[in-house]
Amino acid sequence: MWKERNVPEQTVARFEQVVLPHMDAAYNLARWLTRNDHDAEDLVQESYLRAFKFFGSFQGANARGWLLTIVRNTCYTWFRENRPQELTTSFDENIHSTEADPFDPEKLLLQSESGQLIKQAMEELPLEFREVLTLRELEGLSYKEIAVIAGIPPGTVMSRLARARSRLKQCLTKLVNKE
Amino acid sequence: MNCTDIQVAIHGYMDGELDPLRNLEIEQHLQHCAVCSQSYKADQALQTAVKTGAQYFPAPADLRKRIQSSVRQVGKSQRTLPVMPWRWLAVAASVVFVVILAWALIPRGLDAEQLVAQEVVSSHVRSLMVAHLADVMSSDQHTVKPWFTGKLDFSPPVKDLSKEGFPLVGGRLDYLENRPVAALVYKRRNHVINLIIWPSSHDTHVKTKALARQGYHLVHWSQAGMMYWAISDLNDTELQEFVRLVQASS
Repeated sequence: MWKERNVPEQTVARFEQVVLPHMDAAYNLARWLTRNDHDAEDLVQESYLRAFKFFGSFQGANARGWLLTIVRNTCYTWFRENRPQELTTSFDENIHSTEADPFDPEKLLLQSESGQLIKQAMEELPLEFREVLTLRELEGLSYKEIAVIAGIPPGTVMSRLARARSRLKQCLTKLVNKE
Repeated sequence: MNCTDIQVAIHGYMDGELDPLRNLEIEQHLQHCAVCSQSYKADQALQTAVKTGAQYFPAPADLRKRIQSSVRQVGKSQRTLPVMPWRWLAVAASVVFVVILAWALIPRGLDAEQLVAQEVVSSHVRSLMVAHLADVMSSDQHTVKPWFTGKLDFSPPVKDLSKEGFPLVGGRLDYLENRPVAALVYKRRNHVINLIIWPSSHDTHVKTKALARQGYHLVHWSQAGMMYWAISDLNDTELQEFVRLVQASS
């Protein structure tokens, strides 16, 4: 009986050792998806409890990827229930629409508030673009890892990143020229 | 590779996700196409700007604390859950209840028979209350009888009375009259009959006697050196019939 009692203690200890260190990654993703602190905190907490519940099924290969998949799914469930319009946002897919007004990185970097502009531009992007950009540029994940987390084929990760970056360029150009 | 082909693949190239052959194809194209080359430089600048300029949100310290404590709490509740404290509480509560009931209901100075009757009622009520009707569930007398071996210092007579309309359900150990006793469980339709047996302490023969306590019918007698108590919420006539069958089979 005492032996059995120790098992959950060991599980908690192992969970704290393996999954808790990735809390920054979890929060950063939830924060970029929801765009506010309060919801991100709630969703990360919910994700962690879910992760703990399913910790037994975790194979031990990639704790960060495994946790981020749970965070991503928890966030999408929340969007379905609270912001369904964000999941269905459609936008003009015209990669060359900025040809007349090309993205000028020099101009962007001259801005004293370039970080603020990038944040603002990224937050204007649709959910699925914020998702791949966060995972790729901020978390530095491979296409393969992103594919698993977002539940899409690796080829789709590349085309989605292409569209996301093109869209981000448009938004930034607009913001920079406004300044 | 032309400029259209490269628009998506250039991102894989930039992220280092392409195989060497495609990398080479893209490098060759970039060397010859000024437009794509210019566009690639802009993409790289954008990537650098995002990587260095976009805010990385670390988890707030209080969130970290909150999550850690809630995980520990869940871990703790999982630790006690399999032990099912509520079940032990239920057992404890019913025992307390029965003790209080017995204490309140037994007037002082009752004779021995009354006290035993009260214990039999308690045993019967307890068996129904905490879903602990039988320790061994079997309608087979050859399963129930050997089960008592080693648990009791006597061998209770066990007889299935299915054919007569009183199927044996199982057996249970109980504690009565300051000693472990055998409780055999029979059924008549939905009524439970507890037949409690232990060796009689004295040779005096006790004639079959019926009592009623708290809505239960009780019949007790002694036979072949054993004390028998039968108790049920069954009607008196059918319980008497059961007793006659037990007496005839023992």
